[in-house]
Amino acid sequence: MRAEVRKNEEQRSVFGRGIRIIVSYVRMHPLPFTISLVGGVLYSAATVASTIILGRVTDEIIYPAFRSGVNTRTLWGGVAALVCVVAVRAGAIVLRRYFAGMTSYRMQASLRTRVIERYRDLPLAFHRSRPAGELLAHAEADVQAATDVLNPVPFSVTVIFLVLFAVISLILTDPLLASVGLVILPLLGLLNRFYGRTVEPAATAAQQAIGEVSAIAHESIDGALVVKTLGREDSEVSRFDQRAAVLEQERVRMGRLRAAFEPAFETVPNLGIIALLAMGAWRLSTGAVTVGTMVQVVSLFQLLAFPMRMIGFVLALIPRAVVGRERLQGIFVEPSSMSTPEQGADLPSGPVGVSLRSVAFSYGEHRVLNDLSFEVAADESVALVGPTGAGKSTLAELLVRLADPDKGTILLGGIDLRQIAPGHLRQSAAVVFQRSFMFATSVKDNIALDSGASEEEVVDAARRAQADDFIRVLPQGYDTVVGERGVTLSGGQRQRIALARALARKPRLLILDDATSAVDPTVEAAILNRLRAELNTTLIVIAYRVSAIALADRVLFLEGGRIQASGKHGELMSFAPYEAMVRAYELGAGASRVRAGR
Amino acid sequence: MMRSMRPASAEDPEVSPGLDGAWNVLRRGLAESPELRSGMLYTIALAVVSTIGSLALPVLIQQVLDRGLGGNQEPRLGFVLWVCALTAVVTGAIYFAGRAAFARLTTSSERALRTLRVRVFAHIHSLSIAEQTEQKRGVYVARVTADVDTLSHFLEWSGVSWITGSVLIVGTFALMAVYSWQLMLIVLVSIAPLALILRLLQVNLLSSYDLVRTRVGQTLSEISESVMGADVVRAYGLDERIDRRLKGAIDRQYRAQMRAMKFQAMVFPSGNFFGAVAMGAVVLVGVLFGPSWGLSSGRLVAFMFLVNLLTFPLAEMAENFDQTQTAIAGWRKVLAVLDIPRGLEEPSPGVILPEGELSIEARGVEFSYTGGPPVLRGIDLDVAAGAHVAIVGETGCGKTTFAKLLSRLADPTSGQILVGGVDLTEVAPEARRRAIRMVPQDGFLFDGTIRANVAYGRSGAGRADLADVEAAFRELGLEDWLEWLPQGIDTRVGQRGEDLSAGEAQMVALARAQIAEPSILILDEATSAVDPETERALSEALRRLSEGRTTVTIAHRLSTAEAADWVFVFDQGRLVEQGRHAELLTLGGRYTDLYQSWLGNTQLHA
Repeated sequence: MRAEVRKNEEQRSVFGRGIRIIVSYVRMHPLPFTISLVGGVLYSAATVASTIILGRVTDEIIYPAFRSGVNTRTLWGGVAALVCVVAVRAGAIVLRRYFAGMTSYRMQASLRTRVIERYRDLPLAFHRSRPAGELLAHAEADVQAATDVLNPVPFSVTVIFLVLFAVISLILTDPLLASVGLVILPLLGLLNRFYGRTVEPAATAAQQAIGEVSAIAHESIDGALVVKTLGREDSEVSRFDQRAAVLEQERVRMGRLRAAFEPAFETVPNLGIIALLAMGAWRLSTGAVTVGTMVQVVSLFQLLAFPMRMIGFVLALIPRAVVGRERLQGIFVEPSSMSTPEQGADLPSGPVGVSLRSVAFSYGEHRVLNDLSFEVAADESVALVGPTGAGKSTLAELLVRLADPDKGTILLGGIDLRQIAPGHLRQSAAVVFQRSFMFATSVKDNIALDSGASEEEVVDAARRAQADDFIRVLPQGYDTVVGERGVTLSGGQRQRIALARALARKPRLLILDDATSAVDPTVEAAILNRLRAELNTTLIVIAYRVSAIALADRVLFLEGGRIQASGKHGELMSFAPYEAMVRAYELGAGASRVRAGR
Repeated sequence: MMRSMRPASAEDPEVSPGLDGAWNVLRRGLAESPELRSGMLYTIALAVVSTIGSLALPVLIQQVLDRGLGGNQEPRLGFVLWVCALTAVVTGAIYFAGRAAFARLTTSSERALRTLRVRVFAHIHSLSIAEQTEQKRGVYVARVTADVDTLSHFLEWSGVSWITGSVLIVGTFALMAVYSWQLMLIVLVSIAPLALILRLLQVNLLSSYDLVRTRVGQTLSEISESVMGADVVRAYGLDERIDRRLKGAIDRQYRAQMRAMKFQAMVFPSGNFFGAVAMGAVVLVGVLFGPSWGLSSGRLVAFMFLVNLLTFPLAEMAENFDQTQTAIAGWRKVLAVLDIPRGLEEPSPGVILPEGELSIEARGVEFSYTGGPPVLRGIDLDVAAGAHVAIVGETGCGKTTFAKLLSRLADPTSGQILVGGVDLTEVAPEARRRAIRMVPQDGFLFDGTIRANVAYGRSGAGRADLADVEAAFRELGLEDWLEWLPQGIDTRVGQRGEDLSAGEAQMVALARAQIAEPSILILDEATSAVDPETERALSEALRRLSEGRTTVTIAHRLSTAEAADWVFVFDQGRLVEQGRHAELLTLGGRYTDLYQSWLGNTQLHA
């Protein structure tokens, strides 16, 4: 009993929230909604009017015609009235539907815009904390679920008018017949409600089952190679079949529910009409009503059955809308981004030096950088090394202000990062990640990317990144489209294009975060040598490969959130932890000569 | 993660012959799923039953008006009551009949779909790897999930309404003809323009829905790009560019939706309007000529209700067109998968391989992926039994493909591979799987425990138990690592093994190979950077795994080549050099190039 009560309360609160959401939507797009509503009211009036006219036609035209004959003018007048009122009704439906659609689609567009604007404003840390699939689902599926409910709302609201007009016209016609009708209508309403309640859990269960079938299909087909190697095809098929069987069960369960209810939506009104006919015949025999009245009442009830289902549809969509909208609310209340300076300071020209003063940074509970201080002179090449998880990549992000440190300051060319105009900073400092995203556009555009670089500058950057050679042999050369639906590039090719992207901006500070890891050793050597020799920037290379360490003027050894040692590579080799790490790198690269007995 | 994000809109260009045209698809679909035939019968039964139900009311009205209350006679209320009761009973019976028919319809169609789904799934796994490229995998998943789901929706919603609607229309016209064939013709003529208008609307609807789908896909891609490339967007200050593109896509989608709405809004109202025209015509003609044709007033009134019955199914069918087209297209794609040839013919019973170390020979092996350029061009090589060899070369030289051929994941397009002197295509499948084991580059694991994953390595007879699994780890020297894990051997690995680090996943994959005790081991060396201790443990495990087995390692580290008995150097699909490491260095060729650059990268003692 308690669970029932709680469940009822929950449902009422969902309904309440749903109504509030719908009202907020209407406030945002009042015009199309109002027009749609007007269309709806017109439709309701015309519907009831059409049944009245049908009744009058029966009484004043059809029956007289068969008895004594009819006035031609009355005949044409009646037919014309019939066709006209239905024409108005049809027009009203067009109006209602079109503008209901407009309200819903406009709301969808504005909500989606709001979501992507939020994404734009939120810092990188937010994007990192959620899987990309979830972010996409918010922008796509949640927005859709949150706004789909709007479409049938005008219709549902006007059904209220329809019922109102119908009841009035019935009572005015014959109260006794009306009373039969007034029993049918609530009955239909209850049926709707009951159906909604019962089908909802079944539909959810079916949705869940589909999700599980999909998950297995994904995993199994992704690992098709391993399945083959292990000869596990049969067990995979039976695993899949089990889930497919569950899905089948759930769907059949839903089908049975539908089978029980949907015919009822025809049967109940029909039984009602039969009752009306019986009662109507009696009233007719006593002369209380005419045949026309009966015709009017019967056609009215026939027209009511379908619209009443609309209310059921809206009720079914409300929970989904509430869920969708509340998930989005989660994003809208996320604390926003980093401060921008009023008047951004400009950097001095030429390569810039970097200075860190007592920088601290944490990911949630975990303190990654702790009282970190060091200097990199302008035009210096520095290698940043340290064990995995030491905070090197975090540092790279802080240096280009993809995030702000919790404590301390970072200075670029002597100016606090927070004081530099963001646009200017983006042009001056570039970071190349280990895995760089390729946009679905041409190679040229992927390199230039709004930097205003000319075609020559793009090619020049590609050459320095040792990418020009392979780009030229691509099907359309620099115009070849890459990215998701374009040509698939190897990891090393992508990294080189990402490097070219950074170089095309002629940055004053260049940070490479393991940016050549997938490139073949020969090519990597060529790139690094050239960068060092030719480039007029301050270079910070985060290195996992010993070759990159050799290239730098100086090495910074980061461990435990601090710089533990700094100096030329040779000098640092006398520092035990550093030496151990380098040996481990060498070993890892496989210079092992210990293979006894081979 | 990236793969699952791609919208499954990749169209396969392959359409099997015989699947063009909707009727062919229907015919083939029914042939492949015989359970659907009984489903169709139930649908027709449902249609007939619901038509009777719908027609009962006009008939009742006619009877009541003409026989119960009609003309100059006394109202026969008893008759009215009786005929109403009869109709009520019929209506009740119709409800139960309809309910039963629909329930059975759902049961048989869901059973048919499950069977289809599983068949297609099994077929996908039976395809050779030549057909299982990364792009196609996403498409296959869509076939087994989304496309079958669309079909389900069709079979239980729009498909049903096609049949029930058609039967209703036919039934209505039939009853009309019984009451007055002349008026029926009038109705036919009045409704005819509606058919034309609906057809016109439908054509526009289909094309505008298509456009909406395209735009939705485009918006999705744009958002996906901005989300997945979030770091680049911020690092390079691309906010404005992304903003522009996103808002443009959203706007285009809105406009496409409104364009479709224009047509959509007109479907039902058109039906309504022409219904009224037909109604007016019926009244007009009925009143003017009815009496002289012997038409009764009751019949005329009933006629009006019959006209009402027509317009809804017609309009509904027009609205269903799009749904139907999508469903048929989906069905075609699903059936097309079944038509892809399997590729690998397994011999039966096949040759059993001898125990112990086996030799490997390749003779003139050539290979290309379906519709792709040649990946391997005439490879001839020999591996002595028990030898540990390495295959090296730049990315894309064909070494990984060669490894796959050695495990018979596909057959060479020409040439032969022999193991232990037996042609690989003649080896019995079970024997082959036991004798040859491949450890691929990324240690793909299944969502389960470490123990379960390792046990998979040995299936069928001689299934592995806990002791075997633990022994496998011990033999490889990995038992310490296992103890260090909080749940040890029962640790869950997550989907695709993502809860473990790359190095750990690799360890599990090695144990999985160890437990199989293969005679030939094919290793595609992992390239992901791991920390030095894991690196050391893995190297040791690999060494132990290779003991007493013929081992072919696809080497990405030239140190592996240094230690191998023999090295094969591949370059653009050809075997260009081979020999021991020291000898190859003296040649000053490809191998030397590779070795020099590697050395240049790690040498610090200059």
